[in-house]
Amino acid sequence: MKILVHIKRVVDYQIRPRPTQDGKDVELTNVKMSINPFDENAVEGAVRLKEAGVATEVVVVAVGTAANQDVLRHALAMGADRAILVETPAVVQPLAAAKYLKAIVEREAPQLVLTGKQAIDDDAAETAQMVSALLNWPQATFASKIDIADGKALVVREIDGGQETLSLSLPAVVSVDLRLNEPRFIKLPALMMAKKKPIETLPAAEFAIAAPALEILNIAEPPARKPGKILNSVAELVAALRAEKVVS
Amino acid sequence: MSILVIAELDSHGVKAATRSAITAASQLGEEVHLLLAGSGVEGIAAQVASINGLSKILLADAAEYAHGIAENLTPLLVQLAPSYSAIVAAATSFGKNLLPRAAALLDVAMVSEVIQIIDATTFVRPMYAGNLNATVKAPAGLRILTIRPTVFEAAAAEGGSAVVENIAAAAYEGDTGKATWVSRDLVQLDRPELATARVVISGGRSLGSAEGFSATLTPLADVLGAAIGATRAAVDAGMAPNDSQVGQTGTVVAPELYIAFGVSGAAQHVGGIKDSKVIVAVNHDADAPIFQVADYGLVADLFTVIPELTAALKG
Repeated sequence: MKILVHIKRVVDYQIRPRPTQDGKDVELTNVKMSINPFDENAVEGAVRLKEAGVATEVVVVAVGTAANQDVLRHALAMGADRAILVETPAVVQPLAAAKYLKAIVEREAPQLVLTGKQAIDDDAAETAQMVSALLNWPQATFASKIDIADGKALVVREIDGGQETLSLSLPAVVSVDLRLNEPRFIKLPALMMAKKKPIETLPAAEFAIAAPALEILNIAEPPARKPGKILNSVAELVAALRAEKVVS
Repeated sequence: MSILVIAELDSHGVKAATRSAITAASQLGEEVHLLLAGSGVEGIAAQVASINGLSKILLADAAEYAHGIAENLTPLLVQLAPSYSAIVAAATSFGKNLLPRAAALLDVAMVSEVIQIIDATTFVRPMYAGNLNATVKAPAGLRILTIRPTVFEAAAAEGGSAVVENIAAAAYEGDTGKATWVSRDLVQLDRPELATARVVISGGRSLGSAEGFSATLTPLADVLGAAIGATRAAVDAGMAPNDSQVGQTGTVVAPELYIAFGVSGAAQHVGGIKDSKVIVAVNHDADAPIFQVADYGLVADLFTVIPELTAALKG
């Protein structure tokens, strides 16, 4: 079984993002970028399925600018076999990403597509569902456990108030939650080996894909909260909460 | 044209989050209809018809609509879409699972987790764990939105008188059979639901253990009638159930009072609480970032503060 993993390059989760001066975008100059954390869980999940003998090949795909080479190398160092970069002039929105991904899926014919449940930059949580719809494949989103057996994927999903288990016929698309696993630490030899693994670059123009997109009018920091007070005792706290009328 | 809101069901009927979606839909300035799709839901149609702000209920009662399976509900949405100018659902795990699937088939750039409606095509949505807000304009034509339920007040359960139209027979496309529901394991709570609680208290990893977590926080939660939340660290350490996680990847809350005990205040957590009316932080580390967003801070040991606070509020 072949697994395709879709990954994205995003501002590192520890960095506090700022809007650009014109307020049209997010400042990305000299900002540390990393693989989207949920996508790292997806790569780890795929590599573990390969190590367990369930999968035969793990292919990672990124849709975005040439800079995505570094996150693809990261995924290769984690154990993916080869990588594909659909090189676009700018970062694309979920619907466009899903359409490029569909084209790659049709070329590669994997049995399972894995991706993170959301990217921590746009927080959209849309791409997996969209590619699944375009392929007319079943989907399981926010997965915390995946078992493959008898041509089916048994997936535990994190839902509001608990968990739900679905059985999907393969091929299928699964978006993963942080709970799926703990991504491995990459050792230096793995990093060196990853440099020998192939990254195939396909210009976006080859696909002739058009997708409607949201127009971004403005990006700004949310209104700041008023400065708080440090209190000295529980009695002061209770008095403050009573004054705010939030406790009786 | 009208706006179609997708109802999310639980064992009690329609979730409060759906009534928030109805409020948001009303702000788009057109008639609001509700799609009530499920199995054996005919009985709740009358109850739903009295929700304020609705003019019509589309009742789709069929076995394959049970459990909210996206693969089965999407064909129904695609079929109904041409009669509507917008499709709206709450940004819960149900809405987030379903709407992007429909959006792709309808070739619509959807807007997820809307926190403000500026006009019928312009919306504000959070990005980067709530550190930034983007104002976006949706292309002309059908709009597909999920709205953040904590920022739109739930429409009143009474006062409306919508007509009920049965559409199941017309819309039936059969179970796609691609995804089969196996089981659902819901955490039984005898306290308010996290997303809609008026008061939320939460704990971090410093509570030590699952027993400690529950034993320390429960008495205070009982006094306050509060829901109990947790940080990712506490959840990962097995101290609290997954669905109690508050933050970017868990539940976003906006209660009247949020009290964080032993929570350092990572951006991913703060993004999920910063719309709370009053935030209180109790932490022994005076430099913890949580104090930057707290209205009231107490630099103290949570194990002494919690019993004192519980006693003071009881009396």
